[in-house]
Order: sequence, then structure tokens, then C-alpha cells
Amino acid sequence: MLIRNVRILGGDPVDILVRDGIIAEIGTGLESAGQAVDGGGAIALPGLVDLHTHLREPGREDAETVLSGTQAAARGGYTAVHAMANTSPVADTAGVVEQVWRLGREYGHCDVQPVGAVTVGLEGRQLAELGAMADSAARVRVFSDDGRCVDDAVLMRRALEYVKAFDGVVAQHAQEPRLTQGAQMNEGVVSGRLGLAGWPAVAEEAIIARDCLLAAHVGSRLHVCHVSTAGSVEIIRWAKSKGWNVTAEVTPHHLLLTDELVEESPVGAYNPIYKVNPPLRTHEDVAALREALADGTIDAVATDHAPHPVEDKETEWSAAAMGMIGLETALSVVQEAMVDTGLLDWAGVAERMSLAPARIGRLPGHGQPLQVGAPANITLYDPDHRAEVDPSGFASKSRNTPYTGMTLPGRVVATFLRGRPTVLEGKLV
Amino acid sequence: MNKHLISAADLSKDDALLILDTAEELGKVSERSIKKLPTLRGRTVVNLFFEDSTRTRISFEAAAKRLSADVINFSAKGSSVSKGESLKDTALTLEAMGADAVVIRHSASGAPYRLATWVRGSVVNAGDGTHEHPTQALLDAFSMRRRLGSLEGRRVTIVGDVLHSRVARSNVLLLNTLGAEVTLVAPPTLLPVAVDTWPCQVSYDLDAVLPKSDVVMMLRVQKERMNAAYFPSEREYSRRYGLDRDRFARMPEEAIVMHPGPMNRGMEIAAEVADSPRSTIVEQVANGVTIRMAVLYLLLGGEI
Repeated sequence: MLIRNVRILGGDPVDILVRDGIIAEIGTGLESAGQAVDGGGAIALPGLVDLHTHLREPGREDAETVLSGTQAAARGGYTAVHAMANTSPVADTAGVVEQVWRLGREYGHCDVQPVGAVTVGLEGRQLAELGAMADSAARVRVFSDDGRCVDDAVLMRRALEYVKAFDGVVAQHAQEPRLTQGAQMNEGVVSGRLGLAGWPAVAEEAIIARDCLLAAHVGSRLHVCHVSTAGSVEIIRWAKSKGWNVTAEVTPHHLLLTDELVEESPVGAYNPIYKVNPPLRTHEDVAALREALADGTIDAVATDHAPHPVEDKETEWSAAAMGMIGLETALSVVQEAMVDTGLLDWAGVAERMSLAPARIGRLPGHGQPLQVGAPANITLYDPDHRAEVDPSGFASKSRNTPYTGMTLPGRVVATFLRGRPTVLEGKLV
Repeated sequence: MNKHLISAADLSKDDALLILDTAEELGKVSERSIKKLPTLRGRTVVNLFFEDSTRTRISFEAAAKRLSADVINFSAKGSSVSKGESLKDTALTLEAMGADAVVIRHSASGAPYRLATWVRGSVVNAGDGTHEHPTQALLDAFSMRRRLGSLEGRRVTIVGDVLHSRVARSNVLLLNTLGAEVTLVAPPTLLPVAVDTWPCQVSYDLDAVLPKSDVVMMLRVQKERMNAAYFPSEREYSRRYGLDRDRFARMPEEAIVMHPGPMNRGMEIAAEVADSPRSTIVEQVANGVTIRMAVLYLLLGGEI
């Protein structure tokens, strides 16, 4: 496979020759007897890696399946996704994680790396068999009760300690449950006006602070899911300044959208398309998150792709499901929020959306710089394209995107998984 | 006027005064022996009540009937809604029946906005969760104006559970539009975190505010708030924020007392205060019908 005329991290045009799924040669004027693809001057990035995807299978195949979710991932430029554990049954045993992992391999659109539940049934009472999941064919390294917080301090401490035995990491959904009982949206000016129960920033920040201290105390690795507030950024910055082993992710939507959309938007007030956990926050939070992603306080962008069927969103606000899909718009949103604002260059995008997430997830074969000898996981991206987001063409089974009708930059032209195209000219192969 | 009445913020000062003035005119109908006008003959008003509220429903029903509209009452209990039908499907059913206006009461804040995206008729908010209750604010303003004249510069004190009160939200917005000066009084636990951004003053001290009030509006305190640690006990709440006889005596002589009902006598308001001639509580109920007639008349009548 020869990929002609691409600009690695936005540099000068080169050709990339792939042999046996490995980058064999990079240079100009390369020739090959096999298949050739014209990159048309697109930017080449190492295949994107998502630390936080909800594939919904098993259990909610009406919202998404491993097949449709990995197709969406490929269309978004991803070559690997971490599948969250809050399925039905919960991914808390070796059996369930192996099933999800195997489905990903069979379909072949994108590698699926299952995340294991921290506690049995996400119930927060008893540790799941973390070791069995780590030793399974799925080789689980990231453990999370995402959707729920491991709020019991002792259980969190034990989980952090236990996963050290196999270089695992606990990815915490930071949400103090008592402070967020019945919470509907960010607690602030807008929630007060709208009469929606507030979701205070402190409910996230208090857990992050506690977990940073716990991780330092037991000398383990902590990953903080979907950081959403300026205060959380300050705490993580402080923990990193101490040299503690703390990493963090931010979602594309928290880099672009604010809670004001709940009150006023093109789709009407109280439209649950904007209902998400953690909630959309304020302009000040968005600015702090962008800055933190730029300076490395936040290590990675993770989509928190959360598909829901139409009927779970076409309701009154409080009855609606929380979550947004994001795989097929992530790179465009990051370009809009980070690149076009001058906060991040393409090397920075590669680091935050491929290298760092693969490192945090201990994912061999992904997140390596595009150089000779590296696996040929490659995303080709045209940053000059501009179009209105039209979810009718999405591969995801769900349509709960907040970006419908918005004009966003960029388009994934092609995705290669170990040299094999999964997307060409923007279409699934 | 907007097509819908969902928030008191939908009303300009001219809109609000037009509703109040129209209510004055329509109020005269209620004094006749035949209390009926032909204005909305052939129009259909649906009362869509997902929450029990006999008082508000009857008030809207009487208002629509006095304007000769056909009224359909749809209450969630015992209906398809309790069998799991969605708000959207209920809305589409009403749409198919040709509702010209839908009056909605719902426990979810913002439900009327959602409804308005699925029906063609006018949507009137009869109370949505802890968001707003604009016709209550209008009838309160109407009651105040009848007792005190213009509201311009009048000092209105609203006391109680502002955090969960749709009445307080609508009143702050409407009274501000009408030129009154509003002060909210509550324990800090029962005020929204960003209440300082609202167009009103805020105080924790009822005794300091009372002597400077032309109107004191007491809000109902729900018993379940006590269990959620918003305040230590009913007695302590009553001592610090209840309108008892002693506090009533310290109000200016012309000042009036209001309550949207239903009251907890002896908790937020003493029985003697509620029943005093300076209380407008019974008038508020009567004025409710008149104000709702004016709202339906102006929202629907304009098209005739």
C-alpha cells in the first residue's frame, strides 16, 4: 500500500509506503506495485485513540453496537477505542470483556480495547475480578465504573492499589453522588433561572482532589475522566506539579459548548440534546479546559461517545438520557476549539488524540509517531474543508449530536488500520 | 404578544399592562348574572395536567368556559400517560384533535417549551417544575394593582423557598418589568446560587425588610424540604421566616399580605394574618379566573 502526497503533522508533502501493516518507507516519489491512494495533500496523523467510548453492546443494541460504533470510530479517524464497561451485563468479568474485544476484531473497522468495571455490577460495593480481566485475551488495563463514581474512599484506595500488580489504571468518573442527587445541569446562573436542579462544580472537584491524594498515598496511577471545570484543572495541575501519576481527559463538547445552550439554542430551550454527564459548564470553564489541554495539564481528548435512541432524547429535560455522540465530529471540534484558535498545532493534536491516550491505556501498536517501523495506523485529514454537520450520514446508530446544523472545519479523508484502509474518501471501506 | 405564554420574561411592559387592563374589563363579566362572552366560540382549549392541581385547573377551565371555548381536561392520572406514553405522543394526540391552546402543568421544568415544539397551538404554562408560573405572577400583580394602584416603585418582599418556587421566579421577572422593587428573603439554603444575578435584592433578615415593604408575599414551604436539611426544623423556620402576628404588626399600615396557596397555617403564615383584611389571599383566587380569561383572550382572540 502506497499513500501518496500527505503532510505528516502538517509538514511537507511525502509518500508513505506500507508493507505488512508497518510503515516501510517515507519519502518523495516512492513507487509501489500494490494499491496506491492519493492523499491530495491531506494532513497525516497517527491513528486516533479514544479512551472513552460507549459501544452499548451487549444490552443496548438499539443505541449502538460494536459494529456501528467501530464504523463511526473509523469515520472519525480512530484506529482504537476503549469500550466503557457500563453495558448490560456489565463488563465486570473476563467473559464479557473478551466478547466485546472479539467482536471488535471480527468486524475489523477499529481495534476495540474493553475497559473493565472497577466494582461488581458498577454497584460500588465489591471489587470486580480486575486480575482476571487483565489476564484475559482482552488484556484490560483501564478500569472504570464510568457513569457512576467510585465514591467509597476505601474501595477507591483498594482499586488504585490492586491494579498496580498489572500496571493498570483506574479511570474515575468524578461525581460526588450526594451533591448531585437529582442534578440536571451545571449549577450556576442558568440553572437558577431555569429552575433545574444544579450540578455543582465542587461535586467533581472534591472527588478529583481526594483521588489525587489517594493515588499519591498508594503510589498508583489515576486517570480522571471527562474533566469539566476550571477548578478541576487547578487541582490536576497541582497534583502534576507534585510529580504524582495523574492523567486527565477532556471531551470535545466540553471544549466548545456551554450551559447557556440549555436556555437558548437553535433547537429550543430545555432541549435534552445538550443534557450530558458531566454537564456543559460556563465560558470560564471552557477557556480553562482549552488552556489546560494546550499546556498538557490535561493529557488527552476523549469523546465520551454516548449513543441514545431518539425516544430517550425527545422528552422533557428531566426525563431524558444523559450523553452525546462524538466519534464522528471529535477531530473537527478539536480543530475548531484548539487548532484554529492557535492553541495547539497538529503535532499537539497527535499527542492529545493518539499518543497520550495510547500511553495511558497501555495500548501497544497504537499511538506511535508516523515513522519507519511504526504500525501503519494513519488518519488522513483535510483541515480546509468546511461543512454543516449533517448526522444523516453518520455510521453511528444514534443521532444525539449537539452539532447538527453547525458549520465545523475539517473532514477525515481516510483511515488506515495496520495499513488496511477502513475509510477512503470519507466513506467506510 | 408572543404566541405562547411560558415565562414571565416573554412579556414586555406593554404586554403585561395590556393583560392587566384586559383583565379589568373582563372582570366586569364575572359580576354579571350571565358570566359568559362569545369571544372564543368554536375554539378548543386543552387543560393538560400532569400534576394534581385542582385549583389551577378549575381556574383555567372557568376562564375558558366564560369565553365560550370548548374545554378538554386531560389529567395524567388514569390516562395513557400513566401507562408510559411520552409527552411527545400526548402532544401529537392533542394536535390531531385540533387544540387551539394547550394549558400545561408539569412536574418537569421546561416541559412547556418541549410541548411548544410539537404542537401548533398556543402553549400556556400553568406551572412547570421549579421553573415558572406566569399566570400566577400576573394574577398577583393584578391583585396588588387593585389594592395599591400602579406598581411603579412599589416594594414587594417575597419570603420563603425561592430555590424551588416557580411563583417566585415568575414574580421577580414580571414585577421587575412592571417597575416594582423586589426583595427576596429566605434562608441561604433556599436561594439559588446565582440569585445575585436576578433583577432584585436579596436578604436573609425578614425583620429588617418588613418595615420597608408595601407587599409581603409568603411562599409555601414544602414539608419534604426539611428532610433534605434545608433548615433544621419547622419551628426554627417559622421563628426566623414565618409571618406571625408580631411581625405583621411591624409592617407599614397600608402594606398587604399575599400567598399563592395552599398555605401551611402556623408555619410560614399565622392564621390571624392570613385571615386579616390586609390579606389578599381570597381575592387572588378570584382574580385568577379573570387573569386567565385575559391571557386566553389575548393569545387566541387576536386571530378571530
